[in-house]
Amino acid sequence: MQDGAAQSDANPAPLPEKMSVTLTVNGTERRFSVLPWVSLLDALRDHLDLTGTKKGCDHGQCGACTVLVDGRRINSCLTLAVMRDGAHVTTIEGLATNGALDPLQQAFIDHDAFQCGYCTPGQICSGIGLIAEGRAKSPHEIREFMSGNICRCGAYPNIVAAIQQAMGTKP
Amino acid sequence: MIPFQYTRANNVADAVRLIAANSGAKFIAGGTNLLDLMKDNVERPTKLIDISRLPLTSVEETASGGLRIGALVPNADLAWHPLIEKRYPLVASAILAGASQQLRNMASTGGNLVQRTRCAYFYDTATPCNKRQPGSGCSAVNGINRGHAILGASTSCIATHPSDMCVALVALDATVHVTGPNGGRTIPFADFHRLPGDTPHIDTNLGPDEIITAIEVPAKGFATNYSYLKIRDRLSYAFALISVAAALELKDGTIQEARLALGGVAHKPWRDVAAEAALRGRPAEEASFAAAADLLLRDARPQAQNGFKIDLAKRAIIRTLTQAARGTPQSQSNKTIQ
Repeated sequence: MQDGAAQSDANPAPLPEKMSVTLTVNGTERRFSVLPWVSLLDALRDHLDLTGTKKGCDHGQCGACTVLVDGRRINSCLTLAVMRDGAHVTTIEGLATNGALDPLQQAFIDHDAFQCGYCTPGQICSGIGLIAEGRAKSPHEIREFMSGNICRCGAYPNIVAAIQQAMGTKP
Repeated sequence: MIPFQYTRANNVADAVRLIAANSGAKFIAGGTNLLDLMKDNVERPTKLIDISRLPLTSVEETASGGLRIGALVPNADLAWHPLIEKRYPLVASAILAGASQQLRNMASTGGNLVQRTRCAYFYDTATPCNKRQPGSGCSAVNGINRGHAILGASTSCIATHPSDMCVALVALDATVHVTGPNGGRTIPFADFHRLPGDTPHIDTNLGPDEIITAIEVPAKGFATNYSYLKIRDRLSYAFALISVAAALELKDGTIQEARLALGGVAHKPWRDVAAEAALRGRPAEEASFAAAADLLLRDARPQAQNGFKIDLAKRAIIRTLTQAARGTPQSQSNKTIQ
């Protein structure tokens, strides 16, 4: 609020120190120091060099930044790295096992579920979360529960088909 | 975003002490609305007090047969909680009508109540807004106001409250449990949010040094005859033009008890007990529903661009009450309206 800003101008607070954060990212413990306003998204990309997770709108509207935190899909742009100290984070870089793609990654290839690919890491992490939730089954439900991921190229029918394949409800 | 300090509250008392001692501070829980507003310099806290790890994440049955929902239960968990799905499906349906699954996984129950309006002028720091900067004027009154209020607005502010969940909770007579420096108190849901008047910068009756600890819903959940219908510009992941929460108790086709609340129409979730009273004792049919809609909308006043909302609200009220009476609530996945 504006009144808060006015007060800080009259009596400026000292700038904060960097804070130590420990995350288990794709199975590996990573320790780093960030200022409190660094989002989880920026920490992944700029501090841990994991640039697979994309910054689209930076306002939670596009879903390109979707990652799994403690198994749940969230918008990494709308959470602070310091708030997630101790968490387990899975990004697109952590989905393959010993070089073998996750079934949903393979399904995206099989169904040509992308064009430019910018939204794809977020789409796939979101789809992994959706499958783990076990709620969305029908195409209507998959579309609804994937609505937080925008695909500007319009690959939606193929994305739905890929998720159905990975869920085992479609060949 | 301006620089800020960050600290973590260890317990509720600690959180209250910290907020009382830091006048520029704000609580952060899910962060989905606050961080968004901070990135646009609409919110400018000098300190964030992280309450996300406080033990307010349980859903417990109360002695009177209701449920006490911890303020930090994520929206997604609440919508899919077995007791909510079974006994309060109106709440589950309203939650699933809002936001995206990623946001529902982050957003807290308490935070949903104190989320701020999505009025574009509130977000745009280059324009006057009485809610963002008291006394600067309202850009929406003579601006783009297609999505704005038709009920309870003032010349100072015509913003709407964006929540879906709150529309269901006000209809069900929920109460809000809060704690401040002087201890705890409860606020009836209908009194939690405010109308704008000439102080639209104050959204709610929550004190500046109070924290929401729980939401309580009473025993009566209207699990048989209910519906939540949300009308918006796209089929998913958009704020309401009009939303309606309707719940009925029927006996031999006659309405014994009715609940009716609207979202997207006012500065607060809009429940009208007079319209509900007009439904009691009447047959559950379209003429009764239309009369209730006319009563609810008796003081509706359009802005320059949103006159369509009044007729849309009437038709949505009739349709939602019809769905509730039939026992065929609106699906939040298949958006065909029947």
